[in-house]
Amino acid sequence: MASIRGVTFLFLKEVGTKMNEVVLKDTRNRSAGNHSQKETPGIVQKKRMNREDLIVKSILFLCAMVSILTTIGIVAVLLVETLSFFKDVSLFSFLTDTKWTPLFKPEHFGILSLLSGSLLITVGASLVALPLGLMAAIYLSEYADDRVRRVIKPILEVLAGIPTIVYGYFALTFVTPLLRVIFPDMGVFNALSASIVVGIMILPMVASLSEDAMVSVPKSLRNGAYALGATRLEVARKVVVPAAFSGIISSFVLAISRAIGETMIVTIAAGATPKLTLNPLESVQTMTAYIVQVSLGDIQHGSIEYKTIFAVGMTLFVLTFLINLIAQWLKRRFKEEY
Amino acid sequence: MSIIQMKNVDLYYDKHHALKNISGEIKERSITALIGPSGCGKSTFLRSLNRMNDMIQGVRIEGEILVADQNIYHADVNVENLRKNIGMVFQQPNPFPKSIYDNVAFGMRIHGMRDRKELDEVVEQSLKAAALWDEVKDILKKPAYGLSGGQQQRLCIARALAVHPQILLMDEPTSALDPISTAKIEELIGELRKQYTIVIVTHNMQQAARISDDTAFFLQGEIIEFDTTEKIFHAPSDQRTEDYIAGRFG
Ligand SMILES: Nc1ncnc2c1ncn2[C@@H]1O[C@H](COP(=O)(O)OP(=O)(O)O)[C@@H](O)[C@H]1O
Ligand SMILES: [Mg+2]
Repeated sequence: MASIRGVTFLFLKEVGTKMNEVVLKDTRNRSAGNHSQKETPGIVQKKRMNREDLIVKSILFLCAMVSILTTIGIVAVLLVETLSFFKDVSLFSFLTDTKWTPLFKPEHFGILSLLSGSLLITVGASLVALPLGLMAAIYLSEYADDRVRRVIKPILEVLAGIPTIVYGYFALTFVTPLLRVIFPDMGVFNALSASIVVGIMILPMVASLSEDAMVSVPKSLRNGAYALGATRLEVARKVVVPAAFSGIISSFVLAISRAIGETMIVTIAAGATPKLTLNPLESVQTMTAYIVQVSLGDIQHGSIEYKTIFAVGMTLFVLTFLINLIAQWLKRRFKEEY
Repeated sequence: MSIIQMKNVDLYYDKHHALKNISGEIKERSITALIGPSGCGKSTFLRSLNRMNDMIQGVRIEGEILVADQNIYHADVNVENLRKNIGMVFQQPNPFPKSIYDNVAFGMRIHGMRDRKELDEVVEQSLKAAALWDEVKDILKKPAYGLSGGQQQRLCIARALAVHPQILLMDEPTSALDPISTAKIEELIGELRKQYTIVIVTHNMQQAARISDDTAFFLQGEIIEFDTTEKIFHAPSDQRTEDYIAGRFG
Protein backbone atom coordinates (compact mmCIF):
# COMPACT_ATOMS: atom_id res chain seq x y z
CA MET A 1 0.00 0.00 0.00
CA ALA A 2 2.64 2.46 1.06
CA SER A 3 4.89 1.35 -1.74
CA ILE A 4 2.17 2.08 -4.23
CA ARG A 5 1.88 5.48 -2.76
CA GLY A 6 5.64 5.98 -2.99
CA VAL A 7 5.57 5.08 -6.63
CA THR A 8 2.52 7.24 -7.22
CA PHE A 9 4.37 10.10 -5.68
CA LEU A 10 7.29 9.75 -8.07
CA PHE A 11 4.88 9.29 -10.92
CA LEU A 12 3.08 12.47 -9.98
CA LYS A 13 6.28 14.42 -9.96
CA GLU A 14 6.92 13.13 -13.48
CA VAL A 15 3.44 14.04 -14.61
CA GLY A 16 3.85 17.48 -13.09
CA THR A 17 7.02 18.29 -14.98
CA LYS A 18 5.69 16.74 -18.20
CA MET A 19 2.57 18.88 -17.99
CA ASN A 20 4.62 22.00 -17.48
CA GLU A 21 6.58 21.13 -20.58
CA VAL A 22 3.43 20.56 -22.60
CA VAL A 23 1.97 23.88 -21.51
CA LEU A 24 5.19 25.74 -22.28
CA LYS A 25 5.58 24.15 -25.69
CA ASP A 26 2.01 24.96 -26.50
CA THR A 27 2.35 28.66 -25.80
CA ARG A 28 5.53 28.72 -27.82
CA ASN A 29 3.85 27.07 -30.78
CA ARG A 30 0.94 29.41 -30.65
CA SER A 31 3.02 32.56 -30.59
CA ALA A 32 5.20 31.23 -33.39
CA GLY A 33 2.07 30.50 -35.39
CA ASN A 34 0.68 34.00 -35.04
CA HIS A 35 3.99 35.49 -35.96
CA SER A 36 4.51 33.57 -39.15
CA GLN A 37 0.97 34.19 -40.27
CA LYS A 38 1.66 37.91 -40.54
CA GLU A 39 5.04 37.65 -42.25
CA THR A 40 4.81 34.95 -44.89
CA PRO A 41 1.33 33.55 -45.26
CA GLY A 42 2.17 31.58 -48.39
CA ILE A 43 5.12 29.53 -47.18
CA VAL A 44 4.57 29.00 -43.49
CA GLN A 45 1.00 28.14 -42.78
CA LYS A 46 -0.74 28.68 -39.49
CA LYS A 47 -0.81 25.56 -37.41
CA ARG A 48 -4.31 24.24 -36.95
CA MET A 49 -5.15 22.91 -33.50
CA ASN A 50 -7.81 20.55 -34.72
CA ARG A 51 -10.69 19.18 -32.73
CA GLU A 52 -9.18 15.72 -32.41
CA ASP A 53 -5.99 17.00 -30.82
CA LEU A 54 -8.01 19.00 -28.35
CA ILE A 55 -10.20 16.07 -27.34
CA VAL A 56 -7.28 13.69 -26.94
CA LYS A 57 -5.42 16.23 -24.93
CA SER A 58 -8.36 16.85 -22.60
CA ILE A 59 -8.94 13.15 -22.03
CA LEU A 60 -5.29 12.58 -21.23
CA PHE A 61 -5.33 15.55 -18.90
CA LEU A 62 -8.36 14.13 -17.07
CA CYS A 63 -6.58 10.80 -16.71
CA ALA A 64 -3.61 12.52 -15.14
CA MET A 65 -5.95 14.44 -12.83
CA VAL A 66 -7.69 11.26 -11.66
CA SER A 67 -4.49 9.86 -10.23
CA ILE A 68 -3.48 13.20 -8.75
CA LEU A 69 -6.84 13.73 -7.07
CA THR A 70 -6.97 10.17 -5.75
CA THR A 71 -3.59 10.58 -4.18
CA ILE A 72 -4.47 13.89 -2.66
CA GLY A 73 -7.63 12.28 -1.30
CA ILE A 74 -5.75 9.34 0.18
CA VAL A 75 -3.14 11.55 1.81
CA ALA A 76 -5.84 13.86 3.18
CA VAL A 77 -7.82 11.01 4.79
CA LEU A 78 -4.61 9.53 6.13
CA LEU A 79 -3.60 12.85 7.62
CA VAL A 80 -6.97 13.64 9.22
CA GLU A 81 -7.36 10.23 10.86
CA THR A 82 -3.73 10.20 11.97
CA LEU A 83 -4.08 13.60 13.61
CA SER A 84 -7.17 12.43 15.39
CA PHE A 85 -5.27 9.32 16.55
CA PHE A 86 -2.60 11.51 18.06
CA LYS A 87 -5.24 13.35 20.09
CA ASP A 88 -5.75 10.11 22.01
CA VAL A 89 -2.20 8.77 22.03
CA SER A 90 0.87 10.89 22.53
CA LEU A 91 3.48 10.88 19.75
CA PHE A 92 6.07 10.19 22.42
CA SER A 93 4.53 6.95 23.63
CA PHE A 94 3.82 5.97 19.99
CA LEU A 95 7.51 6.23 19.23
CA THR A 96 8.98 4.88 22.46
CA ASP A 97 6.58 2.32 23.89
CA THR A 98 7.89 -1.16 23.21
CA LYS A 99 4.52 -2.93 23.18
CA TRP A 100 1.76 -2.85 20.60
CA THR A 101 -1.55 -4.11 22.04
CA PRO A 102 -4.32 -1.83 20.78
CA LEU A 103 -6.87 -4.63 20.64
CA PHE A 104 -6.82 -5.66 24.31
CA LYS A 105 -6.21 -4.17 27.73
CA PRO A 106 -3.89 -2.76 28.87
CA GLU A 107 -3.63 -0.93 25.59
CA HIS A 108 -0.16 -0.08 24.29
CA PHE A 109 0.60 1.83 21.13
CA GLY A 110 4.32 1.36 20.58
CA ILE A 111 4.90 1.37 16.83
CA LEU A 112 8.44 0.03 17.36
CA SER A 113 7.07 -3.48 17.68
CA LEU A 114 5.49 -3.33 14.23
CA LEU A 115 8.36 -1.32 12.82
CA SER A 116 10.88 -3.92 13.89
CA GLY A 117 8.76 -6.60 12.24
CA SER A 118 8.67 -4.68 8.98
CA LEU A 119 12.37 -3.88 9.18
CA LEU A 120 13.27 -7.49 9.86
CA ILE A 121 11.36 -8.63 6.79
CA THR A 122 12.66 -5.81 4.61
CA VAL A 123 16.28 -6.17 5.60
CA GLY A 124 16.10 -9.94 5.22
CA ALA A 125 14.45 -9.67 1.82
CA SER A 126 16.98 -7.07 0.69
CA LEU A 127 19.86 -9.27 1.78
CA VAL A 128 18.46 -11.99 -0.45
CA ALA A 129 17.32 -9.91 -3.40
CA LEU A 130 19.76 -7.03 -3.86
CA PRO A 131 23.03 -8.95 -4.20
CA LEU A 132 21.48 -11.83 -6.12
CA GLY A 133 19.48 -9.50 -8.33
CA LEU A 134 22.50 -7.36 -9.09
CA MET A 135 24.62 -10.39 -9.90
CA ALA A 136 21.90 -11.80 -12.12
CA ALA A 137 21.72 -8.45 -13.91
CA ILE A 138 25.49 -8.38 -14.40
CA TYR A 139 25.37 -11.91 -15.76
CA LEU A 140 22.56 -11.07 -18.15
CA SER A 141 24.01 -7.84 -19.45
CA GLU A 142 27.74 -8.65 -19.53
CA TYR A 143 28.16 -12.41 -19.78
CA ALA A 144 25.09 -14.08 -21.26
CA ASP A 145 24.90 -14.28 -25.01
CA ASP A 146 21.82 -13.04 -26.83
CA ARG A 147 20.11 -16.41 -26.97
CA VAL A 148 20.31 -16.96 -23.21
CA ARG A 149 19.15 -13.42 -22.54
CA ARG A 150 16.19 -13.80 -24.83
CA VAL A 151 15.03 -16.82 -22.82
CA ILE A 152 15.73 -15.53 -19.32
CA LYS A 153 14.37 -11.99 -19.58
CA PRO A 154 10.75 -13.00 -20.24
CA ILE A 155 10.93 -15.61 -17.49
CA LEU A 156 11.96 -12.89 -15.04
CA GLU A 157 9.02 -10.80 -16.10
CA VAL A 158 6.63 -13.73 -15.62
CA LEU A 159 8.07 -14.34 -12.16
CA ALA A 160 7.39 -10.71 -11.30
CA GLY A 161 3.74 -11.29 -12.13
CA ILE A 162 3.06 -14.23 -9.80
CA PRO A 163 0.33 -13.29 -7.27
CA THR A 164 1.79 -12.77 -3.83
CA ILE A 165 -0.65 -15.16 -2.22
CA VAL A 166 1.09 -17.94 -4.13
CA TYR A 167 4.40 -16.81 -2.68
CA GLY A 168 2.74 -16.73 0.75
CA TYR A 169 1.76 -20.37 0.61
CA PHE A 170 5.11 -21.25 -0.90
CA ALA A 171 6.69 -19.73 2.22
CA LEU A 172 4.38 -21.47 4.65
CA THR A 173 4.21 -24.91 3.09
CA PHE A 174 7.63 -25.26 1.48
CA VAL A 175 10.27 -22.87 2.81
CA THR A 176 9.26 -22.99 6.46
CA PRO A 177 9.34 -26.82 6.73
CA LEU A 178 12.72 -26.75 4.98
CA LEU A 179 14.08 -24.17 7.41
CA ARG A 180 12.76 -26.11 10.37
CA VAL A 181 15.05 -28.94 9.41
CA ILE A 182 17.95 -26.56 10.07
CA PHE A 183 16.35 -24.71 13.00
CA PRO A 184 14.18 -27.32 14.74
CA ASP A 185 13.15 -24.91 17.52
CA MET A 186 11.74 -22.37 15.11
CA GLY A 187 7.97 -21.88 15.08
CA VAL A 188 5.67 -22.35 12.12
CA PHE A 189 5.31 -18.62 11.78
CA ASN A 190 8.62 -16.81 11.58
CA ALA A 191 10.26 -13.77 10.03
CA LEU A 192 13.02 -15.77 8.34
CA SER A 193 10.87 -17.76 5.96
CA ALA A 194 8.74 -14.75 5.10
CA SER A 195 11.72 -12.51 4.42
CA ILE A 196 13.44 -15.08 2.22
CA VAL A 197 10.31 -15.46 0.15
CA VAL A 198 9.70 -11.71 -0.04
CA GLY A 199 13.29 -11.53 -1.26
CA ILE A 200 12.56 -14.13 -3.92
CA MET A 201 9.49 -12.16 -4.91
CA ILE A 202 11.37 -8.89 -5.46
CA LEU A 203 14.46 -10.50 -6.99
CA PRO A 204 13.19 -10.56 -10.59
CA MET A 205 12.34 -6.89 -10.33
CA VAL A 206 15.86 -6.00 -9.18
CA ALA A 207 17.43 -8.18 -11.84
CA SER A 208 15.25 -6.97 -14.67
CA LEU A 209 15.38 -3.24 -13.90
CA SER A 210 19.11 -3.26 -13.11
CA GLU A 211 19.75 -5.12 -16.33
CA ASP A 212 17.80 -2.50 -18.26
CA ALA A 213 20.00 0.18 -16.70
CA MET A 214 23.20 -1.70 -17.53
CA VAL A 215 22.25 -2.54 -21.09
CA SER A 216 21.70 1.14 -21.79
CA VAL A 217 25.32 1.96 -20.88
CA PRO A 218 26.93 2.73 -24.27
CA LYS A 219 29.03 0.00 -25.84
CA SER A 220 31.79 2.51 -26.53
CA LEU A 221 32.51 2.74 -22.78
CA ARG A 222 32.91 -1.02 -22.53
CA ASN A 223 35.17 -1.03 -25.59
CA GLY A 224 37.28 1.72 -24.03
CA ALA A 225 37.86 -0.46 -20.99
CA TYR A 226 38.43 -3.70 -22.91
CA ALA A 227 40.99 -1.91 -25.06
CA LEU A 228 42.95 -1.07 -21.91
CA GLY A 229 43.11 -4.75 -21.01
CA ALA A 230 40.18 -4.98 -18.61
CA THR A 231 38.55 -8.35 -17.99
CA ARG A 232 34.82 -8.84 -18.25
CA LEU A 233 34.44 -8.64 -14.50
CA GLU A 234 36.47 -5.41 -14.36
CA VAL A 235 34.38 -3.88 -17.10
CA ALA A 236 31.22 -4.84 -15.24
CA ARG A 237 32.42 -3.64 -11.83
CA LYS A 238 34.35 -0.53 -12.76
CA VAL A 239 32.56 0.79 -15.82
CA VAL A 240 29.08 -0.63 -16.26
CA VAL A 241 27.83 -0.73 -12.68
CA PRO A 242 29.07 2.79 -11.84
CA ALA A 243 27.62 4.18 -15.06
CA ALA A 244 24.30 2.47 -14.44
CA PHE A 245 24.35 3.29 -10.72
CA SER A 246 21.38 5.58 -10.76
CA GLY A 247 19.18 3.01 -12.50
CA ILE A 248 20.42 0.28 -10.18
CA ILE A 249 19.59 2.38 -7.12
CA SER A 250 16.13 3.01 -8.55
CA SER A 251 15.58 -0.71 -8.92
CA PHE A 252 16.75 -1.23 -5.32
CA VAL A 253 14.39 1.43 -4.03
CA LEU A 254 11.40 0.07 -5.87
CA ALA A 255 12.22 -3.40 -4.59
CA ILE A 256 12.69 -2.24 -1.00
CA SER A 257 9.47 -0.27 -1.15
CA ARG A 258 7.67 -3.36 -2.36
CA ALA A 259 9.19 -5.40 0.45
CA ILE A 260 8.04 -2.90 3.07
CA GLY A 261 4.59 -2.74 1.55
CA GLU A 262 4.32 -6.50 0.99
CA THR A 263 1.28 -7.79 2.80
CA MET A 264 0.15 -11.25 1.76
CA ILE A 265 3.35 -13.19 2.30
CA VAL A 266 3.96 -11.73 5.73
CA THR A 267 0.35 -12.13 6.83
CA ILE A 268 0.46 -15.80 5.92
CA ALA A 269 3.98 -16.77 6.91
CA ALA A 270 5.38 -14.35 9.48
CA GLY A 271 2.68 -14.59 12.15
CA ALA A 272 0.61 -12.05 14.07
CA THR A 273 2.68 -11.28 17.12
CA PRO A 274 3.84 -7.66 17.34
CA LYS A 275 7.20 -7.94 19.00
CA LEU A 276 10.21 -5.69 19.38
CA THR A 277 12.84 -8.17 18.24
CA LEU A 278 15.59 -8.53 15.69
CA ASN A 279 15.63 -12.31 15.85
CA PRO A 280 14.48 -13.64 12.46
CA LEU A 281 13.55 -17.03 13.95
CA GLU A 282 10.69 -15.49 15.92
CA SER A 283 7.16 -14.82 14.87
CA VAL A 284 6.57 -11.12 14.23
CA GLN A 285 3.93 -8.82 12.83
CA THR A 286 4.61 -6.20 10.19
CA MET A 287 2.76 -2.93 9.82
CA THR A 288 0.96 -4.20 6.75
CA ALA A 289 -0.05 -7.45 8.39
CA TYR A 290 -1.44 -5.50 11.33
CA ILE A 291 -3.56 -3.37 9.01
CA VAL A 292 -4.95 -6.54 7.42
CA GLN A 293 -5.67 -8.07 10.78
CA VAL A 294 -7.59 -5.07 12.05
CA SER A 295 -9.37 -4.43 8.78
CA LEU A 296 -10.68 -8.00 8.73
CA GLY A 297 -12.02 -7.86 12.30
CA ASP A 298 -15.16 -5.91 13.06
CA ILE A 299 -14.13 -2.63 14.51
CA GLN A 300 -16.15 0.44 15.14
CA HIS A 301 -15.72 3.35 12.81
CA GLY A 302 -14.01 6.16 14.72
CA SER A 303 -12.75 3.95 17.52
CA ILE A 304 -9.13 4.05 18.58
CA GLU A 305 -8.53 0.63 16.96
CA TYR A 306 -9.87 2.09 13.74
CA LYS A 307 -7.55 5.07 13.97
CA THR A 308 -4.49 2.89 14.54
CA ILE A 309 -4.82 1.69 10.95
CA PHE A 310 -4.23 5.20 9.74
CA ALA A 311 -1.43 5.93 12.14
CA VAL A 312 0.32 2.77 10.98
CA GLY A 313 -0.44 3.60 7.35
CA MET A 314 1.03 7.03 7.85
CA THR A 315 4.19 5.52 9.33
CA LEU A 316 4.53 3.31 6.26
CA PHE A 317 4.04 6.32 4.03
CA VAL A 318 6.69 8.34 5.85
CA LEU A 319 9.07 5.38 5.70
CA THR A 320 8.82 4.88 1.94
CA PHE A 321 9.07 8.61 1.50
CA LEU A 322 12.32 8.65 3.49
CA ILE A 323 13.70 5.78 1.43
CA ASN A 324 12.93 7.73 -1.72
CA LEU A 325 14.73 10.76 -0.33
CA ILE A 326 17.79 8.70 0.54
CA ALA A 327 17.74 7.24 -2.94
CA GLN A 328 17.60 10.67 -4.53
CA TRP A 329 20.56 11.72 -2.43
CA LEU A 330 22.51 8.56 -3.33
CA LYS A 331 21.81 9.08 -7.01
CA ARG A 332 23.03 12.64 -6.89
CA ARG A 333 26.07 11.74 -4.81
CA PHE A 334 27.30 8.97 -7.12
CA LYS A 335 26.00 10.20 -10.41
CA GLU A 336 28.01 9.27 -13.50
CA GLU A 337 26.58 10.76 -16.64
CA TYR A 338 27.19 9.54 -20.11
CA MET B 1 62.48 -3.78 -38.03
CA SER B 2 58.91 -5.02 -38.28
CA ILE B 3 56.89 -5.36 -35.08
CA ILE B 4 53.66 -6.73 -36.58
CA GLN B 5 53.43 -9.33 -39.31
CA MET B 6 50.22 -10.48 -40.94
CA LYS B 7 50.27 -13.86 -42.64
CA ASN B 8 47.32 -14.76 -44.85
CA VAL B 9 44.71 -13.36 -42.53
CA ASP B 10 41.05 -14.03 -43.37
CA LEU B 11 38.22 -12.80 -41.19
CA TYR B 12 34.53 -13.66 -41.35
CA TYR B 13 31.51 -12.10 -39.68
CA ASP B 14 29.40 -15.27 -39.76
CA LYS B 15 29.36 -15.77 -43.54
CA HIS B 16 30.50 -12.29 -44.55
CA HIS B 17 34.11 -12.45 -45.67
CA ALA B 18 35.42 -9.11 -44.34
CA LEU B 19 39.21 -9.54 -44.60
CA LYS B 20 40.70 -11.48 -47.49
CA ASN B 21 44.16 -12.93 -47.39
CA ILE B 22 45.84 -9.99 -45.69
CA SER B 23 49.63 -10.16 -45.54
CA GLY B 24 52.27 -7.57 -44.78
CA GLU B 25 54.45 -6.02 -42.12
CA ILE B 26 54.22 -2.98 -39.94
CA LYS B 27 57.50 -1.32 -38.98
CA GLU B 28 58.45 -0.47 -35.46
CA ARG B 29 58.29 3.21 -34.45
CA SER B 30 56.64 4.28 -37.63
CA ILE B 31 53.22 5.54 -38.58
CA THR B 32 51.20 3.31 -40.85
CA ALA B 33 48.06 4.77 -42.40
CA LEU B 34 45.14 2.60 -43.51
CA ILE B 35 43.06 4.17 -46.25
CA GLY B 36 40.18 2.98 -48.38
CA PRO B 37 36.46 3.56 -48.91
CA SER B 38 33.91 2.94 -46.14
CA GLY B 39 33.17 -0.67 -45.41
CA CYS B 40 36.37 -2.01 -46.93
CA GLY B 41 37.55 -3.51 -43.63
CA LYS B 42 39.95 -0.96 -42.15
CA SER B 43 38.33 -0.97 -38.70
CA THR B 44 37.96 -4.74 -38.80
CA PHE B 45 41.66 -5.09 -39.58
CA LEU B 46 42.62 -2.66 -36.82
CA ARG B 47 40.50 -4.57 -34.29
CA SER B 48 42.11 -7.83 -35.32
CA LEU B 49 45.49 -6.45 -34.18
CA ASN B 50 44.45 -6.22 -30.50
CA ARG B 51 41.79 -8.91 -30.68
CA MET B 52 38.91 -6.54 -30.04
CA ASN B 53 37.04 -8.60 -32.62
CA ASP B 54 36.81 -11.30 -29.97
CA MET B 55 34.06 -9.21 -28.39
CA ILE B 56 31.85 -9.52 -31.48
CA GLN B 57 29.69 -12.61 -31.74
CA GLY B 58 30.17 -14.77 -34.79
CA VAL B 59 33.64 -13.59 -35.77
CA ARG B 60 36.05 -16.19 -37.11
CA ILE B 61 39.64 -15.49 -38.04
CA GLU B 62 42.18 -17.57 -39.96
CA GLY B 63 45.88 -17.08 -40.61
CA GLU B 64 48.44 -15.60 -38.26
CA ILE B 65 49.19 -12.20 -36.84
CA LEU B 66 52.57 -11.99 -35.14
CA VAL B 67 53.33 -9.21 -32.72
CA ALA B 68 56.97 -9.22 -31.63
CA ASP B 69 57.20 -12.69 -33.22
CA GLN B 70 54.34 -14.17 -31.14
CA ASN B 71 51.15 -15.32 -32.83
CA ILE B 72 48.52 -13.32 -30.94
CA TYR B 73 45.79 -15.82 -31.88
CA HIS B 74 47.62 -18.70 -30.25
CA ALA B 75 45.47 -20.40 -27.60
CA ASP B 76 47.68 -19.50 -24.63
CA VAL B 77 47.93 -15.77 -25.30
CA ASN B 78 46.83 -13.56 -22.43
CA VAL B 79 44.40 -11.28 -24.25
CA GLU B 80 44.21 -8.66 -21.47
CA ASN B 81 47.96 -8.33 -21.48
CA LEU B 82 48.00 -8.09 -25.26
CA ARG B 83 45.49 -5.24 -25.17
CA LYS B 84 47.49 -3.51 -22.50
CA ASN B 85 50.49 -3.53 -24.82
CA ILE B 86 48.48 -2.44 -27.85
CA GLY B 87 46.51 0.69 -27.02
CA MET B 88 43.48 1.77 -28.99
CA VAL B 89 41.86 5.14 -29.67
CA PHE B 90 38.37 5.20 -31.16
CA GLN B 91 36.59 7.37 -33.67
CA GLN B 92 34.27 8.95 -31.13
CA PRO B 93 36.06 10.11 -27.97
CA ASN B 94 34.84 7.70 -25.29
CA PRO B 95 36.09 8.86 -21.89
CA PHE B 96 34.54 7.11 -18.92
CA PRO B 97 31.96 9.09 -16.93
CA LYS B 98 34.57 9.70 -14.26
CA SER B 99 37.02 12.43 -13.39
CA ILE B 100 39.89 13.34 -15.70
CA TYR B 101 42.31 11.80 -13.23
CA ASP B 102 40.34 8.56 -12.86
CA ASN B 103 40.13 8.21 -16.63
CA VAL B 104 43.89 8.26 -17.02
CA ALA B 105 44.47 6.13 -13.93
CA PHE B 106 41.86 3.53 -14.96
CA GLY B 107 44.19 1.26 -16.89
CA MET B 108 46.93 1.32 -14.27
CA ARG B 109 44.46 0.57 -11.52
CA ILE B 110 43.01 -2.48 -13.25
CA HIS B 111 46.55 -3.68 -13.79
CA GLY B 112 47.13 -3.50 -10.08
CA MET B 113 48.83 -0.18 -9.39
CA ARG B 114 47.66 1.23 -6.07
CA ASP B 115 50.43 3.55 -4.95
CA ARG B 116 49.07 7.07 -4.97
CA LYS B 117 52.36 8.77 -5.74
CA GLU B 118 53.15 6.47 -8.61
CA LEU B 119 49.66 6.99 -10.03
CA ASP B 120 50.00 10.77 -9.76
CA GLU B 121 53.27 10.60 -11.60
CA VAL B 122 52.05 8.44 -14.47
CA VAL B 123 48.87 10.50 -14.83
CA GLU B 124 50.98 13.63 -15.18
CA GLN B 125 53.38 12.02 -17.64
CA SER B 126 50.60 10.64 -19.76
CA LEU B 127 48.69 13.91 -19.88
CA LYS B 128 51.90 15.69 -20.82
CA ALA B 129 52.60 13.14 -23.54
CA ALA B 130 49.10 13.71 -24.87
CA ALA B 131 49.66 17.50 -24.84
CA LEU B 132 46.77 18.00 -22.45
CA TRP B 133 48.49 18.62 -19.11
CA ASP B 134 48.59 22.40 -19.25
CA GLU B 135 44.88 22.57 -20.00
CA VAL B 136 43.71 20.22 -17.27
CA LYS B 137 46.30 20.27 -14.49
CA ASP B 138 44.05 22.37 -12.26
CA ILE B 139 40.85 20.44 -12.94
CA LEU B 140 41.99 16.84 -12.61
CA LYS B 141 39.10 16.02 -10.28
CA LYS B 142 36.49 17.46 -12.63
CA PRO B 143 34.39 15.17 -14.84
CA ALA B 144 35.94 14.32 -18.18
CA TYR B 145 32.65 15.16 -19.89
CA GLY B 146 33.24 18.83 -19.24
CA LEU B 147 36.10 18.81 -21.76
CA SER B 148 35.71 19.72 -25.43
CA GLY B 149 35.65 16.97 -28.04
CA GLY B 150 39.28 17.52 -28.98
CA GLN B 151 40.37 17.52 -25.35
CA GLN B 152 38.37 14.35 -24.72
CA GLN B 153 40.13 12.66 -27.60
CA ARG B 154 43.54 13.67 -26.23
CA LEU B 155 42.37 12.40 -22.84
CA CYS B 156 41.61 9.06 -24.48
CA ILE B 157 45.11 9.07 -25.94
CA ALA B 158 46.55 9.84 -22.49
CA ARG B 159 44.45 7.02 -21.03
CA ALA B 160 45.89 4.61 -23.59
CA LEU B 161 49.48 5.84 -23.04
CA ALA B 162 49.21 5.46 -19.26
CA VAL B 163 49.53 1.67 -19.41
CA HIS B 164 52.74 2.01 -21.46
CA PRO B 165 51.77 0.28 -24.69
CA GLN B 166 54.25 -0.28 -27.48
CA ILE B 167 51.72 0.00 -30.26
CA LEU B 168 48.90 2.49 -30.64
CA LEU B 169 45.91 1.77 -32.89
CA MET B 170 43.80 4.74 -33.92
CA ASP B 171 40.52 4.45 -35.78
CA GLU B 172 39.78 7.76 -37.50
CA PRO B 173 40.72 9.63 -34.33
CA THR B 174 40.09 13.07 -35.79
CA SER B 175 37.02 12.50 -37.94
CA ALA B 176 34.68 13.74 -35.19
CA LEU B 177 36.79 16.83 -34.44
CA ASP B 178 37.11 20.40 -35.67
CA PRO B 179 40.17 21.46 -37.77
CA ILE B 180 42.03 23.04 -34.85
CA SER B 181 41.68 19.98 -32.62
CA THR B 182 42.61 17.84 -35.61
CA ALA B 183 45.80 19.80 -36.14
CA LYS B 184 46.68 19.42 -32.47
CA ILE B 185 46.18 15.68 -32.56
CA GLU B 186 48.16 15.33 -35.78
CA GLU B 187 51.01 17.20 -34.18
CA LEU B 188 50.73 14.96 -31.15
CA ILE B 189 50.83 11.84 -33.32
CA GLY B 190 54.03 13.16 -34.90
CA GLU B 191 55.54 13.45 -31.42
CA LEU B 192 54.38 9.99 -30.32
CA ARG B 193 56.02 8.43 -33.33
CA LYS B 194 59.42 8.68 -31.62
CA GLN B 195 58.36 6.15 -28.99
CA TYR B 196 55.42 4.22 -30.35
CA THR B 197 54.39 2.22 -33.37
CA ILE B 198 51.21 3.81 -34.65
CA VAL B 199 48.59 2.34 -36.97
CA ILE B 200 45.99 4.89 -37.96
CA VAL B 201 42.84 4.62 -40.03
CA THR B 202 41.98 7.82 -41.83
CA HIS B 203 39.51 9.04 -44.38
CA ASN B 204 41.51 12.15 -44.94
CA MET B 205 44.06 11.73 -47.75
CA GLN B 206 45.99 14.85 -46.76
CA GLN B 207 46.24 13.53 -43.24
CA ALA B 208 47.62 10.21 -44.43
CA ALA B 209 50.10 11.98 -46.69
CA ARG B 210 51.15 14.43 -43.97
CA ILE B 211 51.75 12.14 -41.05
CA SER B 212 52.39 8.57 -42.17
CA ASP B 213 55.51 6.71 -43.22
CA ASP B 214 53.70 3.79 -44.82
CA THR B 215 50.24 3.49 -46.27
CA ALA B 216 48.03 0.49 -46.92
CA PHE B 217 45.17 0.84 -49.37
CA PHE B 218 42.19 -1.41 -48.60
CA LEU B 219 39.43 -2.28 -51.00
CA GLN B 220 36.61 -4.75 -50.31
CA GLY B 221 38.52 -6.60 -47.64
CA GLU B 222 41.79 -6.83 -49.51
CA ILE B 223 44.99 -4.88 -49.29
CA ILE B 224 45.47 -3.61 -52.82
CA GLU B 225 48.74 -1.87 -52.18
CA PHE B 226 50.94 -1.48 -49.12
CA ASP B 227 54.07 0.63 -49.50
CA THR B 228 55.79 3.80 -48.36
CA THR B 229 53.43 6.75 -48.25
CA GLU B 230 55.72 8.50 -50.69
CA LYS B 231 55.26 5.77 -53.26
CA ILE B 232 51.50 5.30 -52.68
CA PHE B 233 50.78 8.98 -53.15
CA HIS B 234 53.22 9.78 -55.93
CA ALA B 235 53.74 6.63 -57.89
CA PRO B 236 51.14 4.00 -57.01
CA SER B 237 51.58 0.76 -58.91
CA ASP B 238 47.87 -0.13 -58.98
CA GLN B 239 45.38 1.84 -61.03
CA ARG B 240 42.72 1.53 -58.29
CA THR B 241 45.03 3.13 -55.73
CA GLU B 242 45.65 6.01 -58.06
CA ASP B 243 41.92 6.43 -58.73
CA TYR B 244 41.08 6.38 -55.03
CA ILE B 245 43.74 8.90 -54.07
CA ALA B 246 42.73 11.16 -56.93
CA GLY B 247 39.22 11.09 -55.46
CA ARG B 248 37.67 9.28 -58.42
CA PHE B 249 35.73 6.94 -56.09
CA GLY B 250 35.17 6.28 -52.39
N1 LIG C 1 30.19 -6.16 -35.97
C1 LIG C 1 30.00 -6.49 -37.26
N2 LIG C 1 29.17 -7.50 -37.59
C2 LIG C 1 28.97 -7.84 -38.88
N3 LIG C 1 29.55 -7.24 -39.92
C3 LIG C 1 30.39 -6.22 -39.67
C4 LIG C 1 30.66 -5.79 -38.32
N4 LIG C 1 31.53 -4.77 -38.37
C5 LIG C 1 31.80 -4.57 -39.69
N5 LIG C 1 31.13 -5.44 -40.46
C6 LIG C 1 31.18 -5.53 -41.94
O1 LIG C 1 32.50 -5.73 -42.32
C7 LIG C 1 32.84 -4.89 -43.41
C8 LIG C 1 34.02 -4.01 -43.03
O2 LIG C 1 33.63 -3.08 -42.05
P1 LIG C 1 34.62 -2.08 -41.35
O3 LIG C 1 35.81 -2.83 -40.91
O4 LIG C 1 33.88 -1.36 -40.31
O5 LIG C 1 34.97 -1.10 -42.57
P2 LIG C 1 35.67 0.33 -42.52
O6 LIG C 1 36.22 0.57 -41.17
O7 LIG C 1 36.72 0.23 -43.57
O8 LIG C 1 34.63 1.31 -42.93
C9 LIG C 1 31.60 -4.11 -43.76
O9 LIG C 1 30.99 -4.74 -44.85
C10 LIG C 1 30.77 -4.21 -42.56
O10 LIG C 1 29.40 -4.22 -42.91
MG1 LIG D 1 35.67 2.15 -39.80
